[in-house]
This record gives sequence, C-alpha cells and structure tokens, in this order.
Amino acid sequence: MRTPLTVKLFAGLGPRGWLAVAAVAFIAWVLVPMAHLMLPESHPLHVSTYAITLIGKILCYAVVAVAMDLIWGFGGILSLGHGLFFALGGYSFGMYLMRQIGREGSYQSDLPDFMVFLDWKELPWYWTGSDHFLWALFLAIAVPGVVAWIFGYFAFRSRIKGVYFSIITQAMTYAAMLFFFRNETGFGGNNGFTDFKRILGYSITAPETRLVLFGLSVALLLAVIILGKVLIASKFGKVLTAIRDSENRVMFIGYNPVHYKLFIWTLSAMLCGLAGALYVPQVGIINPSEMSVANSIEIAIWVAVGGRGTLVGPVLGAGIVNLSKTWFTTSFPEYWLFFLGLLFILVTLYLPQGVVGLWAKIKARRAEKAAIAASRADPAPRAVASESKIPNGTAAKGA
Amino acid sequence: MKRLLLLISLLLCVGRASAALEPVVLQGLASDDFDGKQAAVAALSAAGDDADAQRLLKALSEDAVAVAGGRLVIVAGEQVLDPASGAPIKPAPASPESISLNNSLRQQVDGALAAARLLSADRAERLTAARALLADMGEGAALLPLFDKALAREQDGEIKPILVQLAAQAALGSPDVARRLQAVRDLAGSGSPAVKALLLPLLDPANEPEEKLRLEAGTAIKAIDARLAWSDTAGQIFTGISLGSILLLAALGLAITYGVMGVINMAHGELLMVGAYSAYTMQALFRAKFPEFVDYYLLAAVPVAFFVAAAVGMLMERTVIRHLYGRPLETLLATWGLSLVLIQAARLLFGAQNVEVANPVWMSGGVQLAENLSLPWNRLIIVAFSGFVLLLVWLMMNKTRLGMFVRAVTQNRPMAGCVGVPTARIDTLAFGIGSGIAGLGGVALSQIANVGPDMGQGYIVDSFMVVVLGGVGQLAGAVWAALGLGVVTKFLEGWAGAVIAKILVLVFIIIFIQKRPQGLFALKGRFVD
Repeated sequence: MRTPLTVKLFAGLGPRGWLAVAAVAFIAWVLVPMAHLMLPESHPLHVSTYAITLIGKILCYAVVAVAMDLIWGFGGILSLGHGLFFALGGYSFGMYLMRQIGREGSYQSDLPDFMVFLDWKELPWYWTGSDHFLWALFLAIAVPGVVAWIFGYFAFRSRIKGVYFSIITQAMTYAAMLFFFRNETGFGGNNGFTDFKRILGYSITAPETRLVLFGLSVALLLAVIILGKVLIASKFGKVLTAIRDSENRVMFIGYNPVHYKLFIWTLSAMLCGLAGALYVPQVGIINPSEMSVANSIEIAIWVAVGGRGTLVGPVLGAGIVNLSKTWFTTSFPEYWLFFLGLLFILVTLYLPQGVVGLWAKIKARRAEKAAIAASRADPAPRAVASESKIPNGTAAKGA
Repeated sequence: MKRLLLLISLLLCVGRASAALEPVVLQGLASDDFDGKQAAVAALSAAGDDADAQRLLKALSEDAVAVAGGRLVIVAGEQVLDPASGAPIKPAPASPESISLNNSLRQQVDGALAAARLLSADRAERLTAARALLADMGEGAALLPLFDKALAREQDGEIKPILVQLAAQAALGSPDVARRLQAVRDLAGSGSPAVKALLLPLLDPANEPEEKLRLEAGTAIKAIDARLAWSDTAGQIFTGISLGSILLLAALGLAITYGVMGVINMAHGELLMVGAYSAYTMQALFRAKFPEFVDYYLLAAVPVAFFVAAAVGMLMERTVIRHLYGRPLETLLATWGLSLVLIQAARLLFGAQNVEVANPVWMSGGVQLAENLSLPWNRLIIVAFSGFVLLLVWLMMNKTRLGMFVRAVTQNRPMAGCVGVPTARIDTLAFGIGSGIAGLGGVALSQIANVGPDMGQGYIVDSFMVVVLGGVGQLAGAVWAALGLGVVTKFLEGWAGAVIAKILVLVFIIIFIQKRPQGLFALKGRFVD
C-alpha cells in the first residue's frame, strides 16, 4: 500500500523534528522581527540590521550547503561547480532587481547603467521579461536546472565520476566566470549587478523588506531540509545512497544510476539557484567572483565541517565557517586563510564525519562509559548500552 | 603642395650640393615658420656627408642652434660658432635665442643624421643606421638622393638589400614614373606591414594616376600579404608552443603526482609559486652578495627551486596526503586547504603585492626571423628548458631504479610491496619529484609572468586539463596535450579573443572527456572498482 504524501511528510521528520521546525519558525517570524522593530537600538536584545543581513546571508549559504550535501553526502558526487548554480540564480533574479531600479540610475535611462555605459540602445533578447517578478523567479530556478541537467546528462551518461567529475565541474564554473567577466555578455561584466533600489515596489533597504527576506530564507531552509528528509527516507534515497557506496553493484542488480544521479544533481542545482535569488536582494550585489573556483570549494568545506550525510550538519557547517569568516576578516584578516586552510586539512584528516559525527562519537563514548560503570556496579552484563549511535551507512565514502 | 615645394627645393639643392650651407638655407632655419625650416632641413639632409651640413644637423638635434643678432649661430658651451665654417665668432654676439623644432622636424633631422651615417666607412655603423632608418621612417622622400648615393657606394651584401628598400620607399613619391614603378617592384620583396601601409594609398587613382603602377602595387601588396600571413602563422605556432611548454612544465609534475600516484593535488599551483619565489629570493641574494654575477642568478635558482619545492611537497605528503590515500575527494579538499595555507604564508613572507623578477640580460632580446616575426629569447629558452625537464623526467622514470619502483607501485601497489619495494618511501619520493618539477615550472614562469601569492591559482585548472586530456599516467599524453592545447588556444585567441578562446578550450575538453574519459592515451587494461 502506498503511504499518502502527507503521512510520509509527517513521519519523515518525527515529532521532535517538527517541534524544532516550529521553534525555528517562531523565532524567525515572530521573535526576530519583534526584537528588530520594537526594541530600541540600545537594548541588549535588539537585533541590528547588520545581524539580520548577516544571518540572512548565512541562511542562503546553508541552503546551498544542504543542496551540496544531497549530492555529495548522499550521492557521493563532489561538485566543485555549485557556486555557478548559486550565481546563475542570483543573476537571474538580479536582472529583475536591475529593472526595478527604473530611471533612478546615474544615467536616468530605462536601461541598466552598465548598458548605457556600453552604449547599448536596447535590452538584449535574454533580458526579455526580466521586469516580471515571477518570470525572474522562474528563471532563477530554471536556468541553473537546465544548465545542470545538460551538463549532468552528458557527464553521467559517459560515467564520469569521482575526481574527474569534480575537476570538470571546476572547469565549468571557471569557464562561466570568464564568460561573465566579459562586458559583452550583458551582465555588467566585472562589476555585476548592484545599487538595487526596490523589490516588488518596496524599498530594498527598508527594515520590513529585510525582515521578509530573512523570513523567506528561513522558510526556504526549513523547506529544503524537510524535502531532503523525505527524499532520503524514500526508496529514491535508498538507491541513491547505494549508488554512493557502490555504483557498479547497483548497476548489476538492474538500476540505471544515471537517472538517479541526474535527478538529484538537477534538483540540487535548482535549490542553489533559489538560494542565490534570495541572497542577492539581501546582500545587494552579485558579480562574477561568486563563480570563482575558491567559492565553490568553500561550499564543500561547509558540508565537510558540519558532517556529510546528515541534513543538519551542512547547516551547522555553513554557520560555523561563515561566522568565523566574518569574525576573522574583521579581527585578523591576515589569518583567515590560515584558519580556512587548516580547517580543510584538519576536518578531512580528523573529522571525516564533521561536527555532527563528533557529537555522535562523544555521545557514544559517554554511553559506553556509563555502561561500564553500570556493569561494575551490577555484575550482570548489559550489552545494549554499548551500541554505537553512529548511523550505519552515513559514513560517506569517497568515490 | 607642401611636398611639391619640398621637392623643388630639394632638386635645387641637389644641383648645387657643394653650396649646402649658403645663406638662403641658413636664413630658412632662422625663419619663424616651420615650412621654411623644413625646406632648410631637407636641403641639409640632401647635402649628405658634407661636414658642415653634418655639424649643423647635429647641433639641430642637440638644440644648440640659435639666432643671435639676426644671424644663425651654433652655441657650444662658452663659444658661439659660425654654422657655415664652424669657426668661433668673436666677439660672441649677445643673448642667443635657440630656435624651436616641432616633432616632425626633429624626426627629419634625426633621419638625416642617420642617413648620413649610411655613408660612413665603418660597416657596423652603416648597418645600424640602415636598420634604424628602416624601423622608423616614413616616406623620407627628402633623403632619396642620399640613399641613391649610399646605394651606389654600398658593396656589403647585408646592407644593400636594406638600402634598396629604403631607397624604394623614398622613391614612391618621385615624380618619375619609371622610378616609382621600380620602387614598387623592389618593395614587393618586403614582408613588413609598414611597407604594405605605404603601398596601400597607391591603389587609389586619386593618389596614383598611372594605371600600370596601380596594378603593380596590387601585386606587390598581395606578395607582401602572403609573406605576412606565413610569418603570422609561424608566430602563432611559436607562441602556442611557448604556452604549451609552460603548460607542460606545470603539468609534468602533476602527471607524476596525479597520474602515477592518483593524488589530486590542488596545491600544485602553489608549488609553482614556491618555485617562482625561490627564483625571486635567489635574485635578491645575488644582488646583495654577488652583484657581479647577478645575471646568472637564474642558473642557481633552478636547483634551489627544485629542492625547495620538493621539500615542501614531501612535507605535505608526509603530514597530510599520506593519511588520505584511497580517498581522492578528501585529498582534493585537504590539498586545497594546503594551497590556502601556502598562499597566505607567501603573503606574510613576501607581501601581498607581486614581486619583480627581472630577466637576465642574456634572456632579453630575440631572434628576428622576419619583419613581423621575432622570437623572444626568454620564450625560446623556456621551450628548450621544458624539453630538458621532460627528458630528465623520462630518463628518471625509465632508466633509473627509482623510476622503475615508481612504475611498479603505479601498476600494482600490493604486488610491488610483496617483492620488496618500499612503497611508502617511494610515494614520498615520487611526490617530492613531482613537486620539484612544479618548482622548476615556477622558475620558468617567473621569467614571463607576474610573481605573486595568487599566481598558482590560474594554472591549476589548466594543468589538470592537460593531465586529464593527455590521459592519466602518461608522459607522452601530457606532452601532446600540453602542446596541442597551447597551439589551439593561441589560434583561437587570434580568431575570437583571449576569454572566448579559453572558454572554447574548456568546453572542448569537457566534451572531449565525455567521449574519451581515459584521455588521449589510455592505459590498456581492464579496471573496475
């Protein structure tokens, strides 16, 4: 019998999970807006605009991290090109934001400033419809999706995997970055899009707009986590993890891994695009450096720090890495790269399961100690307590 | 009209060459308008190697000619000389006011001076003068009589063709049709874009009334175009090979560490940087300690860079990479971390700005193969150097015991271990050698590219592409892939611009990998994981 989707959805998270979701939603939609709007700035619990923008940005990163984890942690495919999908989403939505500036740019023209600067007389064809919010939103999902689908179709069909795939995705985002750096591409070249004024007619710097964007980021992150949970618990998820652990054996028992990989790859890219679309209005700028090779690899380290093969891990990882980045780059800018580099090295060497794995290990060790203590006190042996809490199979292997 | 005046004055002067410094000429120089001065300079240049004319021209080029008391004089320190005889004027006239030259006049004076040197008795001086004139001369119609004179005298086989061309260029403006025709025919043998630019106006009936000449000019331009196209292609192939040899140096080390050992080393670009900074340090050391040998710092930098980069590489292998064998994705991330640490270390040690690494004197200049094709020595030396490194690597891999062990470990690690190959030590050594070669690549790069903390980042994608394209574990593959990529990139650059060329190449590689995931040269055998 097929389980109805609602039941699946509910069972996917469990009561504790739903409680956590409700708590996060309450904080994000009720407490934070109240703390921002109603408390005076001097109040210790006041949440500043800076904090809202920063956390909103990190939430978008967290969505990317979860999307990355879906393909890397569960599918075993390490992508070094997710920055591209993120930036494509950002650019698609940025087009809309550029059009919303209207005639308030420095040249008082209907065209975005950089086009006036290039002496263009009309919008290029791919800007058609970019003044419609929904079309821009659609593009933000569809463009990364189509790019990922085409790329993935050819790559997976020729059974490119492991590091080869990683290197090729890196080449892809590198090529795209070079392409977007050109002025003739029609996306503002070096400077990209910036100086946004309005979104859906509302001022983009107004506190209410920022709060709505912040709330939407939280909602997107929660939705992505729930979607991930459901996916992983489904039969699809089982096949996917099986492909990660041994692709050949999955093929031998009659599955075609291409469809599974292609689906999760495209989905992941689309989620990245959506995150990018939410990121741009909050940060207020998008430029080709988002597609740099370094950015895409950094996404992988968020996931690795948090813990691959879990859905909470990437969120934690994105938070930890980006908060420390903010702290380092303001306090000791010259040591940030050392920290990031060492983080890469130490996490891969000593924390293959990330922070979540560490937590599970500590819990398991405590339980073991408790069991030993209990067995000392009570000579009758108890085997149950020493069982490891680390879920089997989440030990993500390299390809 | 101006040209006509010039010609008339010129012809007049040729008729009376011995009277070059007659008062009319001097008066012309002293006059206020530039046309008068121009005619005077033309007359002076036509005088050729007349000593008096030479003295005056030289004085003109040194801004030593002045007007004092209504007459032209040459100011030489304390003394004031008479331009016609060179004798000091006594008593010296008060307050000489130096005459002004504009740019075109100055050029004309310099040309005349150089042209006079064409008549010098010293062969080397004649040759330099001829080359200099060829390099920067317009039509130089005023110098035609001088060229003719020089041509009549010249016996040297190397100088004569240059003179013929100079005379032909100058004769294009001659009123004599036969002379112009001969000039166009002479110029057809040239391969220089400047000559083509001179001939192009002749195609227009407004400039050239004679049809015969227009046709002749058309043929000449075609001949020049063919020669230009040939040397352009040759030049592109050469820059392609030069780029390819850089890629090869960057990728050779990677071919060992990735191809042979299966380690994805994202810090490979930073090993290039280590090599480049070694060259920089050696340069600083030589400047401080052995300033007389500063031109040879590069020779010392080669072994130093190799060993420094090899040491860094072995340290990386011992501390990090060793623990990640068999986990390629983790290796990738960890080595990326290593690369960040190395970049930041370079920033702290040498500063975030690019540093200056000078070409030694023996690497500057180039070999001139054609008018528009010159091969710079630094690129030639780098091509040769990468060939040398390639030879060393090949010898090391195929002729030494270490190379044999490395190949054995590549082919079958457990089996090699069983017959007594110390696999762990071989890994470290092979990694060290691969890193050392990257260091050598860095030395080569320091001679043609900027040296800065981020320099390695730009090469990592490219060198991976070479290794992937060439096929893993294949030296021959890496060579073909590097040279092929270099040449193709340069041709595409000529056709579509640098960025589009780069994108096209990457897209091509991505498509290529789809078709042949094993690269150009696949290892024969059956593998399944």
